[in-house]
Amino acid sequence: MVEPLALKDHTWESRIFFERIVVGFGILVVLTLFLVARFFYLQIVQYDVYATLSDKNRIQVQPLPPIRGLIFDRNGELLADNSPSFNLVLTPERVDDMDATLAKLSAVLQLSDEEVQAFQKRLKRRPRPFESVPLRFKLTQEEIARFSVDRHAMPGVEVEARLVRHYPKGDLMVHAVGSVRRINENDARRLDPVAYSGTDHIGKIGVERYYESDLLGAVGYQQVEIDARGKVMKILESDLPRPGKDLVLHVDSSLQQAASDALGDRRGTIVAIEPDTGGILAMVSKPGYDPNLFVTGIDFATYASLRDSPDVPLFNRALQGQYEPGSTIKPIIGLAGLVTGMTTADYAIEDPGWFKLPNNERLYRDWNWTSSGLGGHGLVNLEKAIYRSCNVYFYRLAVKMGIDRIDDYLALFGFGVNTALDLPEARSGLLPTREWKEDSRGLPWYPGDTVNIGIGQGDMLVTPLQLATAVTVIANRGRWVAPRMLKSGSDLLERSSVTRMDSIELIPDHVWDLVIGAMEKVVHRGNQVYGENGTAWAYIGQDIPYRMAGKSGTAQVVGIAQGEEYNEEELDERQRKHAWFVAFAPVEKPEIALAVLVENGGGGSSVAAPVARAVIDHHLLKNTAAKGRVVASATQ
Amino acid sequence: MSQDFVRQLPGSGLVTRRKAGLGDAVHLDVPMVLLLLTISAYGLLILYSAVGQQTAPVISQSIKILVGLGAMVVIAQISPIFYMRLAPFIFLAALVLLAMIYVFGVEVKGSRRWLRIPGVINFQPSEIMKLVLPLILAWYFHDRHLPPKARHVFWSLVIIAIPVMLIAMQPDLGTSLIIAASGLFVLLLAGVSWRLVFSAIGLALVSAPALWFVLRDYQRQRILTLLDPERDPLGAGWNIIQSKTAIGSGGLFGKGLFEGTQSHLDFLPESQTDFIIAVLGEELGLVGVVALLILYLLLIGRGVILSLQAQDTFGRLLSGSITFTFFVYVFVNIGMVSGILPVVGVPLPLVSYGGTSILTLFAGFGILMSIHTHRRITL
Repeated sequence: MVEPLALKDHTWESRIFFERIVVGFGILVVLTLFLVARFFYLQIVQYDVYATLSDKNRIQVQPLPPIRGLIFDRNGELLADNSPSFNLVLTPERVDDMDATLAKLSAVLQLSDEEVQAFQKRLKRRPRPFESVPLRFKLTQEEIARFSVDRHAMPGVEVEARLVRHYPKGDLMVHAVGSVRRINENDARRLDPVAYSGTDHIGKIGVERYYESDLLGAVGYQQVEIDARGKVMKILESDLPRPGKDLVLHVDSSLQQAASDALGDRRGTIVAIEPDTGGILAMVSKPGYDPNLFVTGIDFATYASLRDSPDVPLFNRALQGQYEPGSTIKPIIGLAGLVTGMTTADYAIEDPGWFKLPNNERLYRDWNWTSSGLGGHGLVNLEKAIYRSCNVYFYRLAVKMGIDRIDDYLALFGFGVNTALDLPEARSGLLPTREWKEDSRGLPWYPGDTVNIGIGQGDMLVTPLQLATAVTVIANRGRWVAPRMLKSGSDLLERSSVTRMDSIELIPDHVWDLVIGAMEKVVHRGNQVYGENGTAWAYIGQDIPYRMAGKSGTAQVVGIAQGEEYNEEELDERQRKHAWFVAFAPVEKPEIALAVLVENGGGGSSVAAPVARAVIDHHLLKNTAAKGRVVASATQ
Repeated sequence: MSQDFVRQLPGSGLVTRRKAGLGDAVHLDVPMVLLLLTISAYGLLILYSAVGQQTAPVISQSIKILVGLGAMVVIAQISPIFYMRLAPFIFLAALVLLAMIYVFGVEVKGSRRWLRIPGVINFQPSEIMKLVLPLILAWYFHDRHLPPKARHVFWSLVIIAIPVMLIAMQPDLGTSLIIAASGLFVLLLAGVSWRLVFSAIGLALVSAPALWFVLRDYQRQRILTLLDPERDPLGAGWNIIQSKTAIGSGGLFGKGLFEGTQSHLDFLPESQTDFIIAVLGEELGLVGVVALLILYLLLIGRGVILSLQAQDTFGRLLSGSITFTFFVYVFVNIGMVSGILPVVGVPLPLVSYGGTSILTLFAGFGILMSIHTHRRITL
């Protein structure tokens, strides 16, 4: 111990220590200044950069989807509203591991591959970061409960309530109102992403499609402060959305129900119009489908069964179905014959049951022709030709008038053009002309073609809406009203680009009287000898409490839904003729005009006329019927 | 041994004569205590903001500070001679605790740093080593001729290497580097020649690239992230991008106390612990940061003065090393949060939320005060 102590030089040690600690403290001050310089650089020099970054972190602009306009019927009943749907949504930025999360969710909610694929597609289309993407729609309470148990383990996954379109009347109104569908890739390419931010749906069919821009409303925005997990902490600024316009339609839900009931399970269609306004009171096409299925995405099997059904439920027969008009156009041919002077009220022919063109062996038969030669209607004038639906009279008249004049008059009633103001799916039918035949077939017009047109056969095609419209024009004695769905806001109708028709003024009153009178006899002329009653009298005319004008018809099957996979029995059924009946009532002051088509129904008077009567009864007599119901429920 | 002190006094020209004051009576240094209280109070204010103005964590932290102060007072009462005599035993005990980690340690986030005696205590033995390593080295050099001879330097390096290796293998590279620094400070203050110091630094710089191959994957990531945080902005780069954003967006005067968006909206991770300086920078701006740095410098400056006034080799080396090590914490933490050093888990002394480190810090200051107030005073 002694020796090392002797060697210790305390003065030297102190001096060295002093030197070292002073140098050390100096270095430390320099390093501190270096830190100050670093903070000066970040906080003063780069302040703008980081202030912006900080705001970008916390401030997010979120679209506020507008509430889609409601759709009401003429009595204020809701046809389309918005109801909350609980959706499972993912925000990819906040999901730690997308594959693992999807696997976990699959276990909890039994996701199908289809759902996952649809989700991946939506993910790619996402317009902006931090926007959530729906994975499953319409979660049930049980699914929400099951998810909630595990949600803490799945950041970025949330249950979100969104308003989605809801159709309270289900399949009853689908072909009248149309529906919205989810925005798909094609839509997304076409649409303004700003106007549709925060909106998943777009009107795809019918009124929903035509009035899309009005129903949609305008998107709003809010600037929100979010935390690192995307939770909204407070709203900094907001520009509220403008809700879509509510629409009132002419359609009458109870009449629609009555029409649907009258058709029952048969395939067919009914279009009923208010003659005064052209407003569509009912538009049924059967079978239909539940549009609610499509709103949140339909599963493939259900969709395939709808798409591939031989009954084509997705097809709107009233607007898209194009059929031969058959005898329903005879009153119009008659009007044309009288106005052009090709026939008169008194001019009569002897009908042997058949007709031949000169120098042609082809036999054009009447509907009661028999090989024994006992058929035919005997002596027939125009009135009888209409109420007995005599073909031979119209064969002759048509040949006498020639196709050009027939076309001119049929065109006045809207055949061959689309006049439906706000029904985007409506088709134009086909009014055959010389030019049309030359262009489409490269063949000249033959006299035989004219013969067929005289009784609404051959190449002529009409939609049920067109036929109902033509009947409306007859009921109005030439005053044109374009068919329309919208009752509120007529200014919205003015932008429609369909053909506008002029009212028909060249037909004198006595001509209207004669033809409408003949149509009245179709229904009301009865208790005569055999072969002298109106064609529909036996089926609907015997106890009718109001005056109805009508005309039956049958159409050859054009085959809108024919395929080779049906069995023999079904094939037979589907080759039967379609039954038509057109009518309006009351004759003195028409309140409803309609066209009824029962596919493969057979006879127009026997099958379609009772349907027409049931609908008109409901419309004209509903007040008394409603009173009856009130009394019945009061006594219960 | 006691004669040593007597003989030392006249030779020590740097020590001025002074009277026994209030502090000496209770073995405390009043300026240092005041600075510690000021920094702690400032730290509690920042913490209060960082935890979203909850009182519970602030109360808990205050209790830890009070316990720390209590420990400091107790440690200051005991003569440094006691610590010096016990140094070898304390060192061995600390080594045993470090070794025990490999047997009983609790694994948290992939490394074993904690010893847990359920219901009794939960602590990191490496914390103890922060004080014990300077202690043992000061003991080692105390009665040796200075500047140290080559073989003494060698043995002291061995003493440093053992705990440093044990801690580095936990793995806890940050702490092991700081502990290495605390040991090397003793060597530096003991008078190892500058030539040796600079060649060591040179050697370290040259061999730094080789170190790359020794590093674990996550450690390499941290270095790559430091160089370019944008290479993985939502992953490894997130912390540093968010802390720089917090600091930078504070500007000169900050967004206002409790008004920091980065921290309160949870963009800033670890805002109560390692990254708390970013909260300060965001809310009180450059002014608030510089104020804290000045307080730290004053505290360190006081530590330097106390070290200079120490009367023997043991006291000087130990207090000098503790003072400088304190600065290393400050520098490494602030450097990492502001993006000039890689991310290592080092808390901001006296400000970050957490127990063990506070206790160690106050214990260190307790030793400083013990050395200072147990001098032989000439009246």
